Amino acid sequence: MDHLEAIEAQSIYILREAYKHFGKLGMLWSIGKDSTVMLWLAQKAFFGHCPFPLIHVDTSYKIPEMIEFRDKLIKELNLNLIVHQNKEALEQGMNPKKGRLVCCEHLKTKPLQEVVKKFGFEGLILGVRRDEEGSRSKERFFSERDSESNWDYTDQPPELWDQFKTDFKKGNHIRIHPLLQWREIDIWKYIQRENIPVVDLYFAKNGKRYRSLGCYPCTFPIDSNVTDVEGIVEELQHTTQAERSGRAQDQEDAYAMQKLRSKGYM
Amino acid sequence: MTELAVKIREKLNIVVVGHVDHGKSTLIGRLLFDTNSLSSGAIEKVKKISAQNGKPFEYAYLLDAFEEEQKQGITIDTTNINFSTEKRDYVIIDAPGHKEFLKNMISGASSAEAALLMIDANEGIQEQSRRHGYILSLLGIKKVFVIVNKMDLIGYSEAVYNDIMRNFNKFLSNLNIYPIEYIPVSAFNGENITIRSDNLAWYKGVTVIEALDLIQKDPEAEDKPLRFSIQDVYKFDTRRIIAGRIEAGTLKVGDEITISPSGKTTKVKTIENWPHEHDKNYVSAGMSVGITVEDEFFNKRGEVISHNHNKPQKSNLFNANIFWMGKNPLVKGKTYKLKLTTQEVECEVFSINRVIDSSNLTAAEDFTAVNRNEVAEVTIKTREVVCFDEFAEYRGTGRFVIVEDYNVSGGGIVLKTDDTLKNRILEPKSKSLKPRTRLVTREQKEKKLGQKAKVIWLTGLTGCGKNEIAVKLEKKLFELGKTLCYLDSANLRFSISSDLEFNESGVYEQTRRIAEIANQFMNNGIITIVTSISRYKKARESAKEIIGTDDYLEFHIEVTEAVLKKRWDSSQECYYEKSDYPVRSMYIDDPNFNADEKVDLIMESIKDILQ
Ligand SMILES: Nc1nc2c(ncn2[C@@H]2O[C@H](COP(=O)(O)OP(=O)(O)O)[C@@H](O)[C@H]2O)c(=O)[nH]1
Repeated sequence: MDHLEAIEAQSIYILREAYKHFGKLGMLWSIGKDSTVMLWLAQKAFFGHCPFPLIHVDTSYKIPEMIEFRDKLIKELNLNLIVHQNKEALEQGMNPKKGRLVCCEHLKTKPLQEVVKKFGFEGLILGVRRDEEGSRSKERFFSERDSESNWDYTDQPPELWDQFKTDFKKGNHIRIHPLLQWREIDIWKYIQRENIPVVDLYFAKNGKRYRSLGCYPCTFPIDSNVTDVEGIVEELQHTTQAERSGRAQDQEDAYAMQKLRSKGYM
Repeated sequence: MTELAVKIREKLNIVVVGHVDHGKSTLIGRLLFDTNSLSSGAIEKVKKISAQNGKPFEYAYLLDAFEEEQKQGITIDTTNINFSTEKRDYVIIDAPGHKEFLKNMISGASSAEAALLMIDANEGIQEQSRRHGYILSLLGIKKVFVIVNKMDLIGYSEAVYNDIMRNFNKFLSNLNIYPIEYIPVSAFNGENITIRSDNLAWYKGVTVIEALDLIQKDPEAEDKPLRFSIQDVYKFDTRRIIAGRIEAGTLKVGDEITISPSGKTTKVKTIENWPHEHDKNYVSAGMSVGITVEDEFFNKRGEVISHNHNKPQKSNLFNANIFWMGKNPLVKGKTYKLKLTTQEVECEVFSINRVIDSSNLTAAEDFTAVNRNEVAEVTIKTREVVCFDEFAEYRGTGRFVIVEDYNVSGGGIVLKTDDTLKNRILEPKSKSLKPRTRLVTREQKEKKLGQKAKVIWLTGLTGCGKNEIAVKLEKKLFELGKTLCYLDSANLRFSISSDLEFNESGVYEQTRRIAEIANQFMNNGIITIVTSISRYKKARESAKEIIGTDDYLEFHIEVTEAVLKKRWDSSQECYYEKSDYPVRSMYIDDPNFNADEKVDLIMESIKDILQ
């Protein structure tokens, strides 16, 4: 088994554990490359099926091509999608100019909390990876959130030998991270090997391409002329830029992500 | 297919452990720095944070991402760091060194194949140096480099280095850990990390980076016998797919398989895949797979699939080494949840056989509880029978966790179990018993004796000829050089069972005693011949359960009433209740039958245990 096959096998194992243990289970789906790989892995795990709904927290500031890609895929694969927005905050004019972190909290963290409560989710599958940024590097595969979605990162229970946290207090929920051990390069090599369709925004147009996708006011493309997956794999092997350097919210404060994530952010 | 075109580099997970402040984070930071693995701006960011927090520059800030960690200068939880050499990619796991965060250290180390254990040359071997060494041995991590750090603080003294090596080797060899090398370094100055140092010219061994590249990756457990634990059974469409992970061995379409603990057997019909162009008819250790089988009987999560000839052990009692991370001490008699592969059962600690202070390997006095961060050898009793293997042989099916109050609170590895306590054990009247961890297994004894131990149980009414056959069978086997035990039920009535009545309950108890005794002999590698009327079906079934379906060979010597009357007291009761599972039967229709012929029939049907 090579390294990609090994992490694929572990992710499938994790998805099956989640499906076995949580009656109310959903998969957070951001349309980006990681979510797309995760959906692919789910279909592998369940032999062509995706036995739980996908959830998209729509900030209304997503790049339009993302929404197009989302709707096309949902139709093609006949998937069950829950779209949720914080309408109230949007009506009151929430936007990144009020502070990027404030905006993230209202348009992402809050509606995510609401979805969990509204549908009573016990398990939420997310595509975060350890190599993305510091606070994610310390995550567990199965990570508990309290009834207000808070993460007690200072006292995480042990996790070993693929025996995961499947017992928890009623009202709390578990965040499941099947891609935790994947690196950005793994994601792209896997997309290449498995021939997985991804949204066009990752490929260069007019000398620019997106490396990480988010809301258009806070996400900036990088300089690149790469127009195919092979090119991306090649490019990644030579870059010294951090993957999320085009994501403005991360740069707000040295501990921005930790602060957001301890309150329930993805 | 494009599949082969994608070049995949090898990846190795390495954990860095050691006492707090011995320089783990500095070593990792330095490795990243010296191999140009830091993203642009990382060093500037660290300088900024150091200044903000009013501290001098520390490499540790590269790794400790939490505000609490950076402000207090400690590592709370593990971090994963990626870096690469020409040879391959690495994930370096930085594990906290505080005793308080041992659970996080274990979480990090449990996914590593190799370890760097840091010792500060100036401070010498400390409590966590030893404890971490112990944990590595329990996790089964054998590839260890000891990094003797801060050589700059002791004038690069070879004598101090040798001293540390001598003392630490003494400790580690008790744990069966033999470090590949002790590397003297100054992590902060970058000496012997990627480049050799003139200050350490007396050291002729490898640098840290060379050491990493030397480590050989563990092979997958493909060469071992098959262990496939069922994770779930899906019926999303017309297929009924058994999903799970291959823990060891390989499996292909058409293989004959046994499902434990039920013991049912069937054949692999298909190996399922999505998308279909990836179809394979052969899968191996490490893969998450799905199969369908020929006979669709009820399967459930937790069962273990193996090939017919090499099944996992099953019992409700086994010995294990455990480390405890729970908030409350682990105590005898309390109910916990045990998770082993996909099996989940209630369990209790039946006895605490040895508590070890892992920081110095001395045995503690207290046998009533295992405190947080302590290590112990215990006997675990589960509510239902579980399938497992000895950890030294099989990693996946040889380890488990214990859950208390929602959280994984302990981890353990299965030791060699006493073969005579397998299958099913009863509750003794005293709680102070401690099953020993044995050093020699039944299998080893069988090998030495050149035989497979079984219980050959001859049943039939008095006078049917079973003893006549048995004594000849014993002689025949003896002459073949086999090691034997012959248990004649009638003889036991003169000794161990002289207290029993000749009524129904007496007969049940007699059968139980014979079965338990036979079980002891058999599990010590001895072929055991039993002769017993065993007229009641239930009594024979319970004997079969005590001995185990695979090891219990029932032969019924059937005789017509007319023949019986000629051979024995005509007033005896001729009642015999037949078994409803397959039994080898022998018919006696002549009062002067030839016992040798019957022995030959038995020999023929047990020939596979004789080679
Ligand atoms: N003099 C000297 N100090 C070192 C060396 N390595 C680490 N240190 C210092 O030892 C302290 C503890 O190091 P750190 O890496 O945080 O230890 P950790 O707790 O094991 O991660 C820090 O102040 C480091 O700067 C070394 O080789 N020489």
